[in-house]
Amino acid sequence: MNIEILFYLFAAVTVFAALRVITARNPLHAVLFLVLAFVSSAGIWLLLEAEFLAIALVLVYVGAVMVLFLFVVMMLDINIEQLRVGFLRWLPLGLLLAGLIGVQMVWVLGAKETSAGMTAVQHAADYSNTKELGRQIYTDYVYPFELAAVLLLVAMVAAIALTLRKRRDTKRQHIGTQLKATKQDRLRIVSVPSGHKSDAAPAAADSDVHAAD
Amino acid sequence: MMEAQALHLIESLLSFFGLWEMLRGFIEPVWPAVWIVLKIVAIIVPLMLGVAYYTLAERKVLGFMQVRPGPNRVGWWGLMQPIADGVKLLCKEVIVPTGANKFLFIAAPALALAPALAAWAVIPFDDGLILADVNAGLLYLLAMTSLGVYGIIIAGWASNSKYAFLGSLRSAAQIVSYELAMGFALVCVLLAAQSMNLGEIVRGQQGAYGMFGWYWIPLFPMFVVYFIAGVAETNRAPFDMAEGESEIVAGFHVEYSGMGFALFFLAEYANMILIAALTSVMFMGGWLNPFHGWPLLGALTDGIPGLIWMLGKMFIFMFMFLWLRATFPRYRYDQLMRLGWKVFIPLTLVWVVVVAAWMQTPYWLW
Repeated sequence: MNIEILFYLFAAVTVFAALRVITARNPLHAVLFLVLAFVSSAGIWLLLEAEFLAIALVLVYVGAVMVLFLFVVMMLDINIEQLRVGFLRWLPLGLLLAGLIGVQMVWVLGAKETSAGMTAVQHAADYSNTKELGRQIYTDYVYPFELAAVLLLVAMVAAIALTLRKRRDTKRQHIGTQLKATKQDRLRIVSVPSGHKSDAAPAAADSDVHAAD
Repeated sequence: MMEAQALHLIESLLSFFGLWEMLRGFIEPVWPAVWIVLKIVAIIVPLMLGVAYYTLAERKVLGFMQVRPGPNRVGWWGLMQPIADGVKLLCKEVIVPTGANKFLFIAAPALALAPALAAWAVIPFDDGLILADVNAGLLYLLAMTSLGVYGIIIAGWASNSKYAFLGSLRSAAQIVSYELAMGFALVCVLLAAQSMNLGEIVRGQQGAYGMFGWYWIPLFPMFVVYFIAGVAETNRAPFDMAEGESEIVAGFHVEYSGMGFALFFLAEYANMILIAALTSVMFMGGWLNPFHGWPLLGALTDGIPGLIWMLGKMFIFMFMFLWLRATFPRYRYDQLMRLGWKVFIPLTLVWVVVVAAWMQTPYWLW
């Protein structure tokens, strides 16, 4: 009973936050509502005893991806009014897409095979969701998993290849050459005779001290 | 067991005043929740006191390292200084800058502090002395420490100030970069312990030779990387570019005064103590006796409770934070990024492979 209340609480927060993502006037608020949506869906996954997925969602999406989102949104100068121009023109297409997604979801989630699995299987406290997930990924689903990894790698390489450019005018530090430098290359100790005859002895002692450094 | 004892204590206390029969109906149904709240209080109160006196310790240690006495006016040996500071910050006016986003400006310090406190739920202080003994403890910790950056970014943006904004951008890039190295270092611990439960990680380090059974030996590079990345994650010197007082005044919290500033301060120090606790748990055997199994010394020290060992190890790492601050000049930003991406991440990646291969051989002794 308690679990059900929690589910409806998380679900309501998720739906509210998702709606605010597209209705918020300030883009930064929209990003923060997206964070809220992620966190509350992580809560729903926790209720399904999928703790690895739930925490990974928070760790990867909330902790890393959304931080970079915030980063970018803060630096952009977005005029929200300009973005709303032509809202009515695109409304029919948007509604069509939303309807399509809705039909697909009802189709998949309403099917007998999946809805039977919707009631979470109860496990003992020492059951490790993470271990089980790892076993599945690296045995039954190893090829799809490796394919997904290769896909991500290609995307990464492509992103770097697209943005990396050699610039001749930038100054950069070469740590290797810096470390190779020795005192003999950089420092030359000169003994400067003092003008006064009487000061000659202390000055010589002074230069000795510098050499010892 | 302790739970039943505590309930019994309350029962005997209340029946002394003849109130137990009257209040029984109210207490018993909510007792599990009350018990959890009591445990949270038992963690948070010493933590907050620890933070208060850690600030004093910092000023004293820095003082001694720079051959000056440090604060010594309020109370004997300056011991009331943190209390005086706290009262001062409480009484100060909270100023919200014009053009600031008021809601986010006030929410940001709370967003910084909440994850710093939430992470303490899975820290084992002794065998079984833990608030939430969850299986995915290590993942939970990574998730919580990665959330702390929101407080900093939002503070910088909501302040509507260029210095604050620059500070928050620096901090965000820094924390996201060092999180990767930290994560990989934890993957090595996870491999060695074969569990993500922090209690299990400590138990995995239990051996016949005391401190030689701990993970700091096989995972020594990771131990160093983890602690340095921890210093960078908490924005402490020599990685305190987010504050960088000589360049951007005080960085992300430049516009904060009074309690808003105090909350950032609390979050920073709670995070430092957390990193110290985590380093002790994952590489230094948590509550275990370092001399266990040694001739003579082992027998002499085995009676000392685990909590003492755990706190002692934490103190050593907390002192390291202060030592680093007093010793090293601040890194330049490009040097910081180079250290994170070009030194730590390749090193941790290699060590994951080394540990995984090592564990397949008979030479893995841990």
